[in-house]
Amino acid sequence: MRLLRYGDRAVLIETEDVLGLRDSLLAQRHPAIEAVIPAARTVLVEYDPARFDPAGLLSQLRPVPSLGPAEAPLRIEVDYDGPDLAAVAEQAGLSPDEVVRRHSAAEYTVQFCGFSPGFGYLSGLPPELQLPRLATPRTRVPPGSVAVADEYTGVYPRPSPGGWRLLGRTDAVLFDLDRDPPALLQPGRRVRFCPR
Amino acid sequence: MIEVISTAGLAVLQDLGRPGWQQLGISRSGAADRNAHRLANRLVGNRESAATIELTLGGLAFRTLSALTVAATGARCPGLGWNSAVTLAASTVIALGRPAHGLRSYLAIRGGIAVAPVLGSRSTDTLSGLGPPPVVAGARLPAGTEVVADPADEALLGAGPSGPLQVVHGPRSDWFDDPDELYRRPWQVGADTDRIGIRLAGVPLARRRDELPSEPVLPGAIQVPPSGQPIVLFRDAPVTGGYPVIGVVHSGELDRLAQLRPGQDLRFVRRPDSPA
Repeated sequence: MRLLRYGDRAVLIETEDVLGLRDSLLAQRHPAIEAVIPAARTVLVEYDPARFDPAGLLSQLRPVPSLGPAEAPLRIEVDYDGPDLAAVAEQAGLSPDEVVRRHSAAEYTVQFCGFSPGFGYLSGLPPELQLPRLATPRTRVPPGSVAVADEYTGVYPRPSPGGWRLLGRTDAVLFDLDRDPPALLQPGRRVRFCPR
Repeated sequence: MIEVISTAGLAVLQDLGRPGWQQLGISRSGAADRNAHRLANRLVGNRESAATIELTLGGLAFRTLSALTVAATGARCPGLGWNSAVTLAASTVIALGRPAHGLRSYLAIRGGIAVAPVLGSRSTDTLSGLGPPPVVAGARLPAGTEVVADPADEALLGAGPSGPLQVVHGPRSDWFDDPDELYRRPWQVGADTDRIGIRLAGVPLARRRDELPSEPVLPGAIQVPPSGQPIVLFRDAPVTGGYPVIGVVHSGELDRLAQLRPGQDLRFVRRPDSPA
């Protein structure tokens, strides 16, 4: 792990185990730590500099059992009829049915959220389905679109521009202000996609 | 209650933002110039967390539908006393013009602005659309009832900090051929500067061409896309970004970013306590 300064109120920590580090940091319940934000390879820790010195942070960390719920993976039903399914199959050297089988056979973990409220980056995508983003992003991706890009799969919570490759769509509501928490997918949550 | 007659630039409600939701992809948002926002609230006897109207380049006309006390702060617009509480009779029309200096102004109403909070905040997040809709002609904004003090006299403000903006070096300065170019070169605020980011024009910074996996970002982060033209991320920036951050503006300087006008010249200085 490597600790990098990030302004005067945060540090960025590089790690192989983003979610494990996040859980260890949250388990400390340090009153001066204001936010713990995971991303792809790093975790950002925001703190009150008057009450916290990040210099000793790494040496104080202890591994903890996952904070994630022990419950079964969340099941998201998908109609695999996305406009990029055929092209993904061709680039992967697979049939469309085989892409669907492999995408829905894997178990995913929400690694982090970003891009828009409730947009989860799910790790665990089989390597053969890992393709770069579209060279030209779509100006409007419909909400509920189930998509892949690079090492992640995810679901668009609301209409937005987007460059991920669309495999299908779901009726699941990814973000709802009347729900607590409002995001269906939170870091650490395990997910499976089921063909409908 | 006030009724908005017209707006010129962006007019949005803001408070101290929506902290604690970043792990769900929700930006913190909140008043661009926190000090000006807090001052406006203090002048009318509100909590600092009450919502105010944030104007970009002024230009708000409104009518009072009842007697009320207001205070305006930040970039000074003609049309109302500044940095002081002003009591207005019912049916008064106030027309705020365009500020000669600065970018963002704040209007507080005694009692706060009673619109429904979203995830604990009345801030409009211009990136995600969370929070109340932008303030437009015809909008009626009800005054709240929560006050903590009497209205105050005029605030006497000293000159704010000036000179180069203080930057904590890193975390990704090693992506650049010569990261200290950030501090040597003059920069100019771009035309498309907003609550999400402040684009800077200048001689491009030379950087590695490969891609960085998404990292968490904070307001004040100076992110550099492949073009080499820096973008200073601001209050409504997304919670993650894919470009290397060469330095982060010191938290005590963020309010200054709120007042930078397009076309304005800008320099950065590296904080002496930055790591090597």
